[in-house]
Amino acid sequence: MSEIKNKLLKPSKATKQDRFGRRISVLCIGLIVILVASIIFFIATKGMATFISNHVNPIKFLTGTDWSPSQKMTGALPMIVTSFGVTLLAALIATPFAIAIAIYMTEIANKKGSKFLQPIIELLVGIPSVVYGFVGLTVVVPAVRTLFGGTGFGILAGSIVLFVMVLPTITTLTIDSLNAVPSHYRKASLALGATRWQTIYKVILRAALPGIMTAIVFGMARAFGEALAVQMVIGNSALMPTSLVSPTSTLTSQLTTEVGNTIMGTLPNNALWSLALILLLMSLFFNLVVKYIAKRGQLK
Amino acid sequence: MKQYDLTKNNIIQFKPERVALDAKHVNVFYGEKQSTFDVSMQFPKNRIIAFIGASGSGKSTFLRCLNRMNDDVATVDGQINYEGLNINSSAINVYELRKQIGMVFQQPNPFAKSIKDNLTFALKKHGIKDNKQIDQVVKSSLKKAALYEEVQDSLNKSAMSLSGGQAQRLCIARAITMNPDILLLDEPTSALDPISTKKIEATIKELSEKYTIIMVTHNMQQASRISDYTAFFHMGHLIEYDKTSKIFTNPSEEATEDYITGHFG
Amino acid sequence: MNARRNNKIATGVIIGLVSIVVLILLSLIGYILITGLPDVSFKFLFTESKAFAAGGGIVNQLFNSLYLLVLSLLISIPISMGAGIYLAEYAKPNWLTSTIRTSIEVLSSLPSIVIGLFGYLVLVIKFQLDFSILAGSIALMFLNLPILTRSIEDSINSVSPLQRQAGLSLGLSRWETIKGVIIPEALPGILTGIILSAGRIFGEAAALIYTAGQSAPTMSYTNFNPFSETSFLNPMRPAETLAVHIWKVNTDGITPDADIISSASSAVLIIVILIFNFGARYIGNRVYKKLTGDK
Repeated sequence: MSEIKNKLLKPSKATKQDRFGRRISVLCIGLIVILVASIIFFIATKGMATFISNHVNPIKFLTGTDWSPSQKMTGALPMIVTSFGVTLLAALIATPFAIAIAIYMTEIANKKGSKFLQPIIELLVGIPSVVYGFVGLTVVVPAVRTLFGGTGFGILAGSIVLFVMVLPTITTLTIDSLNAVPSHYRKASLALGATRWQTIYKVILRAALPGIMTAIVFGMARAFGEALAVQMVIGNSALMPTSLVSPTSTLTSQLTTEVGNTIMGTLPNNALWSLALILLLMSLFFNLVVKYIAKRGQLK
Repeated sequence: MKQYDLTKNNIIQFKPERVALDAKHVNVFYGEKQSTFDVSMQFPKNRIIAFIGASGSGKSTFLRCLNRMNDDVATVDGQINYEGLNINSSAINVYELRKQIGMVFQQPNPFAKSIKDNLTFALKKHGIKDNKQIDQVVKSSLKKAALYEEVQDSLNKSAMSLSGGQAQRLCIARAITMNPDILLLDEPTSALDPISTKKIEATIKELSEKYTIIMVTHNMQQASRISDYTAFFHMGHLIEYDKTSKIFTNPSEEATEDYITGHFG
Repeated sequence: MNARRNNKIATGVIIGLVSIVVLILLSLIGYILITGLPDVSFKFLFTESKAFAAGGGIVNQLFNSLYLLVLSLLISIPISMGAGIYLAEYAKPNWLTSTIRTSIEVLSSLPSIVIGLFGYLVLVIKFQLDFSILAGSIALMFLNLPILTRSIEDSINSVSPLQRQAGLSLGLSRWETIKGVIIPEALPGILTGIILSAGRIFGEAAALIYTAGQSAPTMSYTNFNPFSETSFLNPMRPAETLAVHIWKVNTDGITPDADIISSASSAVLIIVILIFNFGARYIGNRVYKKLTGDK
C-alpha cells in the first residue's frame, strides 16, 4: 500500500480531536439541560409537598385570603393578587413610555438623539435591583405617603419601582421590532402622502405588533419575578390589598422575607415552596406566550 | 429557456495511469432536492480542468464533493476514487484527504492572523515543529503563489490588511503549504479586479506543472485562456467534457454550443 | 388638515414622554451619585461594617462581591463556551436542538429568587455547602450560563462561515478550526458579553441571600491559605456581598446609619457597573482592532 493510501485509511490526531471537542461541547450543553430539568424537578417536588404531605386543598390554597402557615392558614391569594397587580400596573405605565422612546429612537431622532439615549437605556438595565429598591424606599415610598396617605408601602410604590425597572427591557425589544420593519413600508406609506404619524401609527406599529407584544411579555416576566426591589417597598404583610397604598406582599417578597424563618419540611416552609412553584409556573407560562406570539407572527 | 436532452453527453476518457481522480455516478442531494445527477468524469494528472456552466448548474456543488467539503450540508452518493480508494467511504480519514486535495474559495478568506501565521497555523497543528522547515515552506509557498515579492517584508502584518487579489494569492499559498496533490479552485477570481485576475491566472498556469488543478469559473474566457480541459455542466448534468480547444471551437452538444455562444447563462 | 395637526400632536406627545423618561433617569442617577458619593471615603471603602453602630465600612462586602464574581466567571466561562460552541457549530436543526434552546430560554427567564432558592435547596442543604462563597458562585453561575452561552453563540455565528471552510479545507479538525480560527476571531464579542454579564452578577442579590448568606465574618487579608477558616480566600465561608449588604441594612433596620451606608454603597455599585460597561466597549474595540491589524 502506498504511503498516502495508508494515511487516508488511518484515523489521525484530527479525528481524535474532533471526537474530543464534540464530547466536551455536548457535555457542557448537557449540563445546562440537566440543570434546568433539576430546577423544575426540585421546585415542583418541594412545591407539591404542601398538597401531598400536608394535604392542603390546592383550590383553597389558590383562593384563600388568610395567610398564616404557622396556624395552618395557607391562603395565597393576597400574594397572587399583589404579584399580578404590580406586574400589570408596571407594564401598563411602562408600555406607552417604552413605545414612545422606541418610536423616537427609530423614526424621529437624528443620530445624536439616539446616541444620547442608547447608553442611558443600557445603564438602566445595569442598575442592580437593590439600588432600585433603595431609591424606592427613600424616595418613592415617602412621596406616595405624602400624596396618597397611608404608610406609602404597597402596590403603587411597587409598581412605580418596577415601571422603571422593566422600562429598558420593553424599550430595547420594541426598538428591535421597529427596526425589523422593512424600510420600504415607510417609504411606500410616505410616498402615498401619509404624514409621519399616520405612517408610524397605521403601518409601522401594526407591522411591529407581535414584536411589541413580546417585549411587553418579557417586561412582565421580569416584573413578576423581581424580588428584592419590590420586597423593599411593598410592606411585606401577607394581607389582601385593600387599596393601592395598603401594605401587602408579593410571591417573591414573601419568599425573600420568610424562607430564612421557617424550618425545612414543615408546613410553613412547604407553603413557601408552593409560592416558588407558582413563580416557576408563571415564568414557564410567559415563555409559552412568547412562543405563541412568535408562531402567530410567522403564520401571517 | 430551451429544453435540452440532458441524457445526451460527450465525455472524454483517459488512460488509467494518467488519472488523478476518478468520479463515478456521483449524485448530490440537498435534503429532498437533487442538485447533481449521475456525474462520471476523470481528472488527468498535472492538467488544469475548468468547470463552466450557468449559476445553479451544479458545478460548484460537484467540485466541493471532491474533497468532502459537502459533508455537513448535502448527501453525496456514488464513487470518487483517489489513489485506489473511494473517498466517500466512511473508512476514509477526511482530514488527511483534505491535505491531499486542497481548496481555494470564491471569496478570499485569510484567517484574522498575521500573513505568516496564515501559512504556518495548519502546518503547526499538523505537527511540523522545525522552524527552519516552516520558514522554508512559507517562502516557497509564497513564491509559488507569486506573492513573495510583495509581502516578504511584512510577514508579521495582519492578513486582513492585504488587497483582495493579494489575499486570494495568500489563500492559494496557504493551500500549497499542505503540499497537496490536487487543488480545487472555486471561482477563485470572481471577487477580484482584472489585474489581480491576470496575476492569479498566471499563478495557476505555473502551479499546474506540479499539481492537478480543478477550477470552477464563471468566466468562459478564463476557461479558454488557461485550462487544458473543460467540462460543461447544465442543470446538474455533465453535458460535455473535452479538450478546451475542442469545447470552444467545435462542441459536439447543442447545449454547450448555445452556452458558449452566449444564448443563456 | 386634521392629519397634519394629529401629526404635530403625536410628535409632541412622543417627545414629551421621552423627556419624562430622560428626566427620571437623570434624576435617578443624579440622586444616587449626589447622595452617595460624598460618603464614599477611603475609610468607608476600607473598614469593616458594623451591624449595630454607625460608621461601618464595606471592605469585606466589596471584596466578597469581587471574589464571588471571579469564582463564578471561572466556572461559568468554560461551560458556556462549550455550550455556545455546541449550539453554533454542532447543533443540527432538529427537535433536540429546539429542546435545548427552549431550556436555555427557560433558564434565562427564571426569576433570580427561584434560582437562589434552588441553590439553597440543593447546594446549601443537600450538598451541605452551607452559606458559602462556593454555593453563591455556583448559584451565580446558574444565572450567568444562559446569558453567556447565548452571547458566545452569537459571537461565534458572526464569524464568517468562510473561515470555517478555510480551516477545514486545510485538513484541520473542526475542533482545531473552532479553537484556533473561530474563537480568536469571535473574541471581541465574547469578551464584551463576559464583561457585561460580570456587571450584572456584581449587582445581583436575590440569588445570593440564601446561598452566599447574609453575614460577612471578619477575615484576615494576610492569610493566603484558602483552607484556613479565617482566610479571605476560603471559599467555604459565608459572604455577604455589597448588593446584599444594601438590602440587609435596609430591611433589618438595626444599623443606625443605614441610609448613608446604602446610598454610598449604591454609588459604589453604580460606578463599578459603569466601569464594566465602558470597559466592555473599550476592550471589545481594542481586541477587534488588534485582530484586524489596524493598530
